[in-house]
Order: sequence, then structure tokens, then C-alpha cells
Amino acid sequence: MAVNRMFRTCPSTGLVYHEPAEKLIRWNAVAAVVSLLVGGILALLVTLTRWPAVHLLPPDWFYLVLTAHGLDMLVFWIIFFEIAVLYFCSSVLLRCRLAMPGMAWLGFWLMIVGALVNNVAVFRGDSSVMFTSYAPMGAHPAFYLGLILFAVGALIACFVFFGTLVVAKAERTYNGSVPLVTFGAVTAAIIAVFTIASGAIILIPTFLWSIGLVDYIDSLMYRTVWWAFGHSSQQINVAAHVSVWYAIAAVVFGAKPMSEKVSRTAFFLYICFLQLASAHHLLADPGLTSNWKIFNTSYAMYLAVLASMVHGLTVPGAIEVAQREKGFNRGLFEWLRKAPWSNPSFSAMFMSLIGFGFLGGISGVMMGTEQLNLIIHNTIYVPGHFHATVVVGTTLAFMGLTYFLIPTLFRREMMFPGMAKWQPYVFGLGMMSFSLFMMGAGTLGVPRRHWDMTFAGNALGYEFPGTAYLMMGIMAISGLAAVVGGIMYLLITVGSVFLGKKIQTPDFARVAARDGVAPKPVPQPVAVSHAGIGTAGFVAPGTFVLALVFLTAFVLYYFVNWKYLSTVWPLS
Amino acid sequence: MNNASNESPLDVDDEPVPAMQQILDNPFLLLFIGIAMPTVLYIVWGVMEIVGIPVAK
Repeated sequence: MAVNRMFRTCPSTGLVYHEPAEKLIRWNAVAAVVSLLVGGILALLVTLTRWPAVHLLPPDWFYLVLTAHGLDMLVFWIIFFEIAVLYFCSSVLLRCRLAMPGMAWLGFWLMIVGALVNNVAVFRGDSSVMFTSYAPMGAHPAFYLGLILFAVGALIACFVFFGTLVVAKAERTYNGSVPLVTFGAVTAAIIAVFTIASGAIILIPTFLWSIGLVDYIDSLMYRTVWWAFGHSSQQINVAAHVSVWYAIAAVVFGAKPMSEKVSRTAFFLYICFLQLASAHHLLADPGLTSNWKIFNTSYAMYLAVLASMVHGLTVPGAIEVAQREKGFNRGLFEWLRKAPWSNPSFSAMFMSLIGFGFLGGISGVMMGTEQLNLIIHNTIYVPGHFHATVVVGTTLAFMGLTYFLIPTLFRREMMFPGMAKWQPYVFGLGMMSFSLFMMGAGTLGVPRRHWDMTFAGNALGYEFPGTAYLMMGIMAISGLAAVVGGIMYLLITVGSVFLGKKIQTPDFARVAARDGVAPKPVPQPVAVSHAGIGTAGFVAPGTFVLALVFLTAFVLYYFVNWKYLSTVWPLS
Repeated sequence: MNNASNESPLDVDDEPVPAMQQILDNPFLLLFIGIAMPTVLYIVWGVMEIVGIPVAK
């Protein structure tokens, strides 16, 4: 079969698009946004039900809607978009053809069918088993089958990504190492392969159990292996959105990583250790020893946390250096004040970085400590944490990337540019507040997932303090603000892609392999001089101060929770 | 796309590539590490502990 060698170059960005890769990126991105739309409507219903003053849905509908919301957001929206990011970081950034486009389409359609089958199973009403679907709570067989089909499709997409790396190397479309952003995507793809394999290990027997071919699924075995899928799927996000941070910093500021070696080593720490953090979901489970729990969640997870702190330092550091070199060199924070805050790609990325670090990161370390985990286990603190990581961190970063992709990938002018300036703030600040008050209510013991926090009519009722109800109310109002931000994003993206004014660019043309060979690299100086910028010997003093603020908040919050733990169960 | 002539042997950089960079430049080695480590430390170790729980009599 003839290899498609049709490419086009975007005149404004210089990015090179391979025809099948461009189509696949578009279709995956559109599928992602459709999942976000469905998941967003369901988010509104969940929020209005968990708001004690409104308490919208009856229990059966609440659990159905919560199940669908979890799957559409945590699995389908995120992974469709991540596959688009993988193809972008391989084919587009390496300026090469996508390997095996036919297989990539097979993977895409398997993912579509899987997502549809799973959603149908949930909306039938007999699979309200939550995102975690803990056995022995059983769902309709189609629920598991849909997830398995989706996972197989995503796995095919990951191998298309690895195949594209091979093509790029064979056709010498780049010199030396792959770009850092692509390396971050390699990290995401590796974690994805482990995640999907773990999902297959547990979901295939569970599917067989649901149709009666397997007698019994051990609940602890299920939980242990399932979390290698369930939590690691969110670690794909971390690697992907950190790559997006580097990409947006490079696009908006021309920022270069402060140290490629350090950033790559941080990604390597993710590859080795990030998935092990899955164990923090099992810290309260009997049966697994403290050795296993503490090794996975503390020793190993802290190395992954170290990597996140490295990225959290180097991305703003690179932006600060780039800004100071442009002349914004006064004081500690002129570089930040003069940043393009009305550019939604930047504002989304920067809020993603701050929210992920201060809210998601710090709370994640607290939750990952075996003793402290007891304070908040199975409370609404847990969704508070992962809304800070997955929604503020990943979704906001992906939204920022979308604003960059609309003109270059979809070749459309962005509609509602005024609204786009505000969208990251409405969504980001709403979601940060939502996560924060969820965590506050969780610290007071409000349970996660539960339809009614008052436990009305139950034998073992519990009287929460008024503060808990106040926090749940503020959480819901913040959630409504975030939903408005989500609607703004959907209006802008869907409007731009389908109704936006077309941007005329040169069309696809055939490019022979020999013409795609990367030019010989220009020798670079070993040490880059930053003479004349920064203060007191620091090239990025503002970032250094931000890092100190972060560390102070981290240490204080961590030890405050130890103090809090000591008051939970008074001994006398 | 860039037009570039094929490299001549003289163009090849003869400086040795550091070992760590060779590891980081090999996606399939990284794939192996990224699957083997959590499989052993999380799944296999965890499953062995569960299997080792005494059965109630």
C-alpha cells in the first residue's frame, strides 16, 4: 500500500502537518470535546444534588449521573484529548508521517464504540457502579465491554505513537534527542500502556464474571489491580499536561527549558515512580502490609512528587528568563505582571500550573501519607484533590492548548475572542474554589459519593457542623461558575471549529522522504549566558521566591494535618 | 519541510553520547522500565501479599 506523504506547513507557526495525522488529531479532539460536553452537563446535575440546599436528583438518578460523569470526564474526555496530544507531539513536532494511519483509525473507532457502549450501559440504569465499579458490585456486561474496547483502541493509538517515533528516527526528521515536549508525550504514552494493561488484567475477568463465566472476583484483588488502571490513568494526564505547559511556554514566550537534562530526568522519575502512587487509594484497606503501602506511596511517590516540583520550578523559571531577556527585568515580578494575561493559552496554562501545585500537589502528598490518609479517606476531600489535579491541572492546560490549535490545526479564526480572554479565569477560579471547599468539607468528614450528607432516616445518622453545610454550598456555587466557564469553552471551540472564518493556507503537497530530513544542527554554545538579567546571582529570582512560598505552604499544611490527626480520636 | 543534503561521514558528531542520554533517547527501553517497575513493585508485590492472607477457617 502506498504511503501517504502529503504534508502542509502552517504559515504562521511553521508546524508541519501530515494529512492523516491532522485528521486524526482533529477527530480525537472533537470526540474529546463531545465527551466534555456530556460530562459537563452531568457535572451540573451532580453539583446541584450535592448542594444540600438544592438536592436536585433522587438517589437512583444521582448514582447513575455520577457514574457517567466520572467515566465521561476521567476516561473519555481526557484520553481522547491525550491521543490527539500524542499524535501532535510525534507527527507534528517531529515533522514526520504518522505510522500506520489505518491502525490509528481502527484505534479511534474502537474508542468511539467503547465509549458509546459504556455510556449506553450506564444510562440504561443498571450499571450505576461509579467510576471505580468495585466488585462484587456488578454492572451490565456492556459496561465492562465498552471500557475494554475503549482501552484496546487507546492501546493501539499508543503503539501508533511509538511507531511514529521509529518513523521519525528512520527518516531522520530530527537530530539528536526528541524535543522535550515530545519526551513528555513519550512519558505519557508509557504510563498509558501500563495503565491500559492493568485495566485489561482486571476488567477482562470482571467482564467474564458479569456474563457468568467466572465464579468469583476477590474484592481486594480487584481494588488493588483496578487502581493500577484507575489512578495511573490520571498519571497519564500529569505527564501530558506538563508537556503542554512546556509547549505553551515555548509558543507564547519562546521560552527554553532552564535545563533540558533536569527536565528530562524529572520525566524519567515519572516513568519509574508515578504509577506507584496508585497505592494511596488502598491505604485504609486491610490485607496489604504497611511495607507495601509505605514503599509505594511514600518512598516511591515522593520521587514522583520531586519530579512535579522540578517541572513546577522549571516551567515558570523558563518563562521568567524569557521575559527578563525581553526587558521585563525590574524587581522580582515585573516578568509576571507584564505576562500576556489576556492570552487564554497563557492564562489557562499558568493557572493550571499554580492550581495543580498548590491545591492538587500538596493535598496529594498529604493523602499519600498512611497515617494522615485516615483523616480524609473516602471523604469528599478525595474528589476535591483530584478535581484540582485533573480539572484545574489537566483540563485547564488542555483548554489552553486548544486556543493555540484552533487557528493552526483547524485553520479557523477563533470566535468570541473577548469571551476567550475571560474563559480560563471563570473556569479556573471556579474550579479552584470548588476543589478547595470540597477539601474543606472533606476535612470535616463529609463523605464522597453519598447522595445525602445528612443521612436522613438512617439508623446511624451524623450531625455535621454548620461549617460543613456552608462549605458544600460554596463548593456548589463555585461549581456553577466552573460550569459557566465550561460552557464558554464549548461555545468558543465548537463555534470556531464549525462556524469560524476559514484561514486560507497552502494545502497539502507531496514531500519525499529525502526532503523531510532535518537540516544539520547549528552548533550551540555549551553554556548559555544570561548576563544582565535577574538579581543577586539568580537568573529567575521571582520563580525562586514562588518556590519558597510553595514550600512554606507545603510544610505548614503537612504538619497542620499531623496536628489535626492528633485531635481526631482523643485517647482520654 | 526542510531541504537538506544527506550527511557526509565528516558531519557526524564524534563526541560520545552520555550513557544517561542514551537511556533517555531509547523509548522502548523506557517503555520496558515504565512497565516493569510498577508491575513488580505495585502489582506483583501487592498480589503476593493478598494471596498470602490466611484463609478463615
